Amino acid sequence: MSHQTLSTILFLLFVAITLGITFRASRSTKDAAGFYAGGRSFSGAQNGLAIGGDYMSAASFLGIAGTIALSGYDGFLYSIGFLVAWLVALLLVAELMRNSGKFTMADVLAFRMSPRPVRTAAGVSTIVVSIFYLLAQMVGAGALVGLLLGVTSPAGKALTIVAVGLLMIVYVVVGGMKGTTWVQIVKAVLLMGGATLITLLVLGKYGFNLSGLLGDAAAQSGKPETFLAGGGKYATEAQGLAGKLDLISLGLALVLGTAGLPHILIRFYTVPTAKEARKSVLWGIGIIGVFYLLTLVLGFGAAALVGGKAIAAQDKAGNTAAPMLAEAIGRAVFGEVGGTILLAVIAAVAFATILAVVAGLTLASSSSFAHDLYAHVFKRGQTTDREEIAVARISAFVIGAVAIGLGILAQKQNVAFLVALAFAVAASGNLPAILYSLFWRRFNTSGAVWAIYGGLASALLLVVFSPVVSGAETSLIPGADFSWFPLSNPGLVSIPLGFLFGYLGTVLSKEHNATKYAEIEVRSLTGVGAEKAAQH
Amino acid sequence: MTTRQHDSSLYEEIQNDERFQELRRRFRAWVFPMTVVFLVWYLLYVALSAWARGFMGTKVLGNINVALIFGLLQFVSTFLIAWAYSRHAARKLDPLADEIRHEAEGRTDVRGGTE
Repeated sequence: MSHQTLSTILFLLFVAITLGITFRASRSTKDAAGFYAGGRSFSGAQNGLAIGGDYMSAASFLGIAGTIALSGYDGFLYSIGFLVAWLVALLLVAELMRNSGKFTMADVLAFRMSPRPVRTAAGVSTIVVSIFYLLAQMVGAGALVGLLLGVTSPAGKALTIVAVGLLMIVYVVVGGMKGTTWVQIVKAVLLMGGATLITLLVLGKYGFNLSGLLGDAAAQSGKPETFLAGGGKYATEAQGLAGKLDLISLGLALVLGTAGLPHILIRFYTVPTAKEARKSVLWGIGIIGVFYLLTLVLGFGAAALVGGKAIAAQDKAGNTAAPMLAEAIGRAVFGEVGGTILLAVIAAVAFATILAVVAGLTLASSSSFAHDLYAHVFKRGQTTDREEIAVARISAFVIGAVAIGLGILAQKQNVAFLVALAFAVAASGNLPAILYSLFWRRFNTSGAVWAIYGGLASALLLVVFSPVVSGAETSLIPGADFSWFPLSNPGLVSIPLGFLFGYLGTVLSKEHNATKYAEIEVRSLTGVGAEKAAQH
Repeated sequence: MTTRQHDSSLYEEIQNDERFQELRRRFRAWVFPMTVVFLVWYLLYVALSAWARGFMGTKVLGNINVALIFGLLQFVSTFLIAWAYSRHAARKLDPLADEIRHEAEGRTDVRGGTE
């Protein structure tokens, strides 16, 4: 049996199991809290796994392992930003959000503000961030299937994108938060299991001598001079000061973006109390931290055992480094059949990874559309649970269809920058609004609206006028040059701007509601009046 | 969203309670400085990666260099800070928050969500 057939069988098995769970979950999903927040009945450990499943995207699994394999140390830098970011979520956001919100990020932002403008802004930002992230994952899915299953025709790739999109729509429409959470839990377990297995095999081959592995990796990488010390991908000598500032900019966006990503924030509502929210972030930090340590070994292992040249020959970005390593190490340890089996397993895990992440993103954006825009902005809060869930399901369908369409159209584009851009927008617009809402007495409607639109617009505009879009060989529009902003990540400028806009918007408006501030402050810190878990 | 909104004076009452102010002080006095510490520590690491490549490339043990050790220390510090926060919260924050919440919920005018 070829590895393609085996991969497909394993992946279909994953789909069958998770669909089964999803349909079961749908039976207990009756009200809005069930659909949006899984009845708030997950334990901290379960939600911690789901956080890992939601966060460890194919970009971070295949992308980081690939970047480490090709550029060494520079890929490691990426993963550290993704991990440290969770301290912002743990210390400043998770528990306070759980206590003061209900279903979406906007619940917290609109708590003491005039609800319609703030919910509109937060809803727009949620949908923009989620669609960017979703699009990157969808295009990645098409590229991945090409590489792993040998599907090379554009029609074949388009078909894959349609299949992934339809599955994600089913998970969200049928299972809501409960179904999506279980998909993420199962995926997290599989991903951790697969990554641990390959890591142990690689380390075993080197007799657990890390230095030996590093030496081989550097030697086989093709660029031994930058491989272990950095400068192979980010902040290369050729890029000069702009490259160095770009690295700082990326670092800032990664570390501050996580706590502003809507699909991550809504995970805190799935547990019964703030204490469980804290516990779930602690679990999440443990799982994500260990995972990135594993990808370090996977990346170095791929460089050492497959070689930089062979990896780059299959995919310039190195996205197939981890599956290639699985095959190489499997063959070395268990023979030909072992190589085929391990490759198939890792390929199936990669698909499961994509599916779980896109489902989380679709849920976040459709929840925000139904709860924030439809129920509170259009209907001014005059809806029933049933109506709201129906709208959420329809919008999941529409957002899924849009993502499929854009995914197919953007197939040939290099959209990897969209993930970093989603982090930059989240850090520039959402995070200032969230932190000011929770901690700044004087903050008001105008401040929230300015922070979100200001942060969002600065991040987007700076990217449009950066080398990402024009003026370089790798640009989205290669022929044109209208770039004047030298950094490819806008964070260094747009994040301070977001905070500044929030400040200015606040002080320029006289509105201020001390009573509501007392409510959010007391509620966020003590849990008085917080949403309770569903009664069973 | 019905019962808990009509008496917002309760929240102001709690806000003025000395125990709540102590809870807020204990929370902020821990998380604000710690946030500054881990952000500066992380940005130092990124800045050194950009500007001090020679130093980061110094080999310490075989092929293991300063950059790798510095990176691994970021993992260690993240795990330690997360652990320290959970300890601080369990010992210094939770008992006080629970006390305030139980007292408030003993009164009939504050209830949880409607589901």
